[in-house]
Amino acid sequence: MGSKLSIAFLVLAAFTTAAPAQDKSPNNANDIIARGEYLARAGDCTACHTAPEGRLFAGGRAMPTPFGTLYTSNITPDPDTGIGKWSADDFYKTMHSGRFPDGGLIYPAMPFASYTKVTRADSDAIYAYLRSIAPVSQKNKPHELRFPYDNRQLILGWRTLFFSEGEFKPDPKKSAEWNRGAYLVEGLGHCGMCHSPINALGGTSQSDAFKGGLIPMQNWYAPSLTSNREAGLGDWSIKDITDLLQTGVSMRGVVYGPMAEVVHNSLQYLNDEDTRAMAVYLKGIAEGSSPPPAATALPTTESSLLISLGKTVYDKHCASCHGTQGEGKPPHWPPLANNQSIEMQSAVNPIRMVLNGGYPPGTKGNPMPYGMPPFAGLLSDNEIAAVVSYIRTAWGNRGTPVSAREANELRSAPLN
Amino acid sequence: MFARAATPVAVIITLAAFDGAAAQTASQPPDTMAARVEACTPCHGNKGEGTSDVYFPRLAGKPAGYLYNQLLAFRSGRRKYPPMNYLLEFLPDPYLEAMAEYFAGQHPPLPQPAPSEVSKDVLALGEQLATSGDAGRNIPACVSCHGPGLAGMQPGIPGLLGLRAPYISAQLGAWRYGTRTAKSPDCMQQVAGHLTEADVTAVSAWLATRPAPANPAPVPKGTYALPFGCGSQPN
Ligand code: HEC
Ligand code: HEC
Ligand code: HEC
Ligand code: HEC
Ligand code: HEC
Repeated sequence: MGSKLSIAFLVLAAFTTAAPAQDKSPNNANDIIARGEYLARAGDCTACHTAPEGRLFAGGRAMPTPFGTLYTSNITPDPDTGIGKWSADDFYKTMHSGRFPDGGLIYPAMPFASYTKVTRADSDAIYAYLRSIAPVSQKNKPHELRFPYDNRQLILGWRTLFFSEGEFKPDPKKSAEWNRGAYLVEGLGHCGMCHSPINALGGTSQSDAFKGGLIPMQNWYAPSLTSNREAGLGDWSIKDITDLLQTGVSMRGVVYGPMAEVVHNSLQYLNDEDTRAMAVYLKGIAEGSSPPPAATALPTTESSLLISLGKTVYDKHCASCHGTQGEGKPPHWPPLANNQSIEMQSAVNPIRMVLNGGYPPGTKGNPMPYGMPPFAGLLSDNEIAAVVSYIRTAWGNRGTPVSAREANELRSAPLN
Repeated sequence: MFARAATPVAVIITLAAFDGAAAQTASQPPDTMAARVEACTPCHGNKGEGTSDVYFPRLAGKPAGYLYNQLLAFRSGRRKYPPMNYLLEFLPDPYLEAMAEYFAGQHPPLPQPAPSEVSKDVLALGEQLATSGDAGRNIPACVSCHGPGLAGMQPGIPGLLGLRAPYISAQLGAWRYGTRTAKSPDCMQQVAGHLTEADVTAVSAWLATRPAPANPAPVPKGTYALPFGCGSQPN
């Protein structure tokens, strides 16, 4: 990988400094643009910087945060409203250091805390690609942040605590494939932006990387990628992991909610080698040991009543797809028995799944996914709690019962 | 591992649908659109005939182009109903087209017209607006676009039969307040913009009392000319 990248960099340097008439390697320039397009997908720049029904890369997509709403920027090569006047150095400074060309601080909603790991050559390829797309004249929508968060100087504090600048350093003790996977997951993939605990300051710390956390505003739990009791993939086959990342469904489970978006907008476009590299890395970081499940807060008689009601609800509404023994008809109707994503300590995801239903993303590998109906209108809080308690504890699953109050609270979770 | 009904038939279907070795032991859901839209049918009925909830519309038999336009609008959030916006968010165009075709191709009988709760005068106003409009107030007759039989026209104009009054009135209200929009020029927005609250009540009530016609199918494209242009009905 290394040598290929440095060649690409030399070619790009020639391309950007030489006058177009003297350029003798148009194919290589096109290769770099194509590579930049691929990397922009891997980093999900494309979807975040494009509004629904909006022009490609013209920005304006709303990002709700606990501090107010941010709007993504126009990164088309329009000189006045986009980044048409930026040099490759300016662009690298944004990716690597989280600063505007004039040194101004960028909000960490733009995932520069991960992109800082991206190599200069990859940054330059993305830059070359962004210069090749159609410029769109569209002014950036001003952010709507509450006082005092509208003051960009506050970002300094955040940076001191949570930002460590620096390109990815391969681990010489690991294989090239593992290192490629690590580069993608920690860098462009910005998986840690969701899969790490988010503290009160809206930051994720290095030591907690990939330990899982509740995504603020969205009320989805992004499971730990290191614990096998959550989304740690230690006992998954490489094929099941690559299926999940590339198509959104697998024999072990499916993606949904924000993770469906990641697969839809980004991961489905990665080639087989890169997907495999990510799978190898993800399987590698899973730790065997994990704390035992927390004891339930519900008294036993109450929870056994709940669970017998849960079985009734399950047999009536769920078994037709997920099977009487939770075996499902995978990959399209996922198994619920031995499915980590239901057994996790946080019951937010299975409760929301039952309330809202869902479709896995439509992908190249699974263009017409099967769906699950929402049950919010059909089942009471008590029935939802009962059926979720049942699937978390039946068939050898090791989750804990949930209460009607938890189910009720998630009825108002935002749906987008 | 699990009790599975792995009949030879299931295995053959599985082999056809999958090349993964692991899949050979598991059975698969039916490879049909009906199984794929099971996420929709608790609200819209097994064949898109609608359900007892008066705000959940019938889908069956509406022009596929119209249904497709709605699915695109729900996916982007331009037409708002959060449970549906959420379900459709990551589904690609060709799949939405297939869903639209599927429901357009279903022909369960239209429901019995609802007994009306409004007065004769109100129904008379509704009938007048629907069949003749009100030239003085710039209101075109609904039939001039939705067709003399109110069955709609391919590919983009829906029939107005088999819907309940609360749903129709909610849609007209959404156009008046700008929360529902169609492709520009948005002719329905112009129509709804001229209706008063009372007009909306009247025309919704009258439409909901119409009996099912002998042939509820939308007429072919170009059967009649529209009074003015609609972005969702290319001519
Ligand atoms: C999760 C959403 C998200 C993703 C993914 C994302 N960005 Fe951003 N980006 C933002 C937001 C929000 C801003 C505005 C930040 C601010 O105003 O401080 C921004 C700002 C920028 C800017 C500064 C432009 C300007 O003039 O304001 C550049 C350049 C940029 N992004 C490039 C990229 C590239 C390249 C990628 C992919 C590698 C990417 N972004 C991925 C959200 C995102
Ligand atoms: C926008 C937030 C977000 C980002 C970015 C994100 N994830 Fe996720 N991820 C989630 C959520 C929420 C879930 C839980 C829902 C689910 O299981 O699909 C999840 C689940 C998963 C699972 C478990 C799936 C299962 O069936 O058990 C894996 C594996 C995973 N993510 C890997 C990744 C990788 C690799 C990346 C980076 C390329 C990534 N995620 C980026 C939010 C995110
Ligand atoms: C029509 C078939 C169908 C029915 C009925 C159904 N489901 Fe599902 N279920 C699915 C599909 C398809 C998915 C994948 C959805 C997605 O990825 O968004 C799914 C996903 C799930 C998940 C997440 C699984 C994972 O891998 O993380 C849970 C939990 C779940 N269903 C529980 C239930 C419960 C409880 C019921 C009954 C109240 C139910 N389902 C009824 C089809 C169904
Ligand atoms: C939770 C109930 C619910 C579910 C599930 C649901 N819908 Fe809907 N659907 C509605 C409601 C309510 C409306 C009317 C929304 C409005 O007021 O605009 C609607 C409107 C529609 C329309 C527009 C109808 C018209 O005549 O304009 C289409 C098309 C549609 N739904 C298709 C689907 C499909 C396809 C699915 C499954 C992927 C689905 N719906 C799932 C409740 C639902
Ligand atoms: C100029 C042509 C035109 C006229 C006149 C017209 N409509 Fe429409 N109508 C349309 C079109 C086109 C659509 C589909 C819009 C879309 O794609 O969303 C539509 C859609 C509708 C819908 C939505 C149906 C559904 O299933 O959600 C209702 C309700 C409706 N019209 C009622 C009326 C009423 C009542 C009148 C008379 C007062 C009327 N229309 C007059 C062209 C017209």
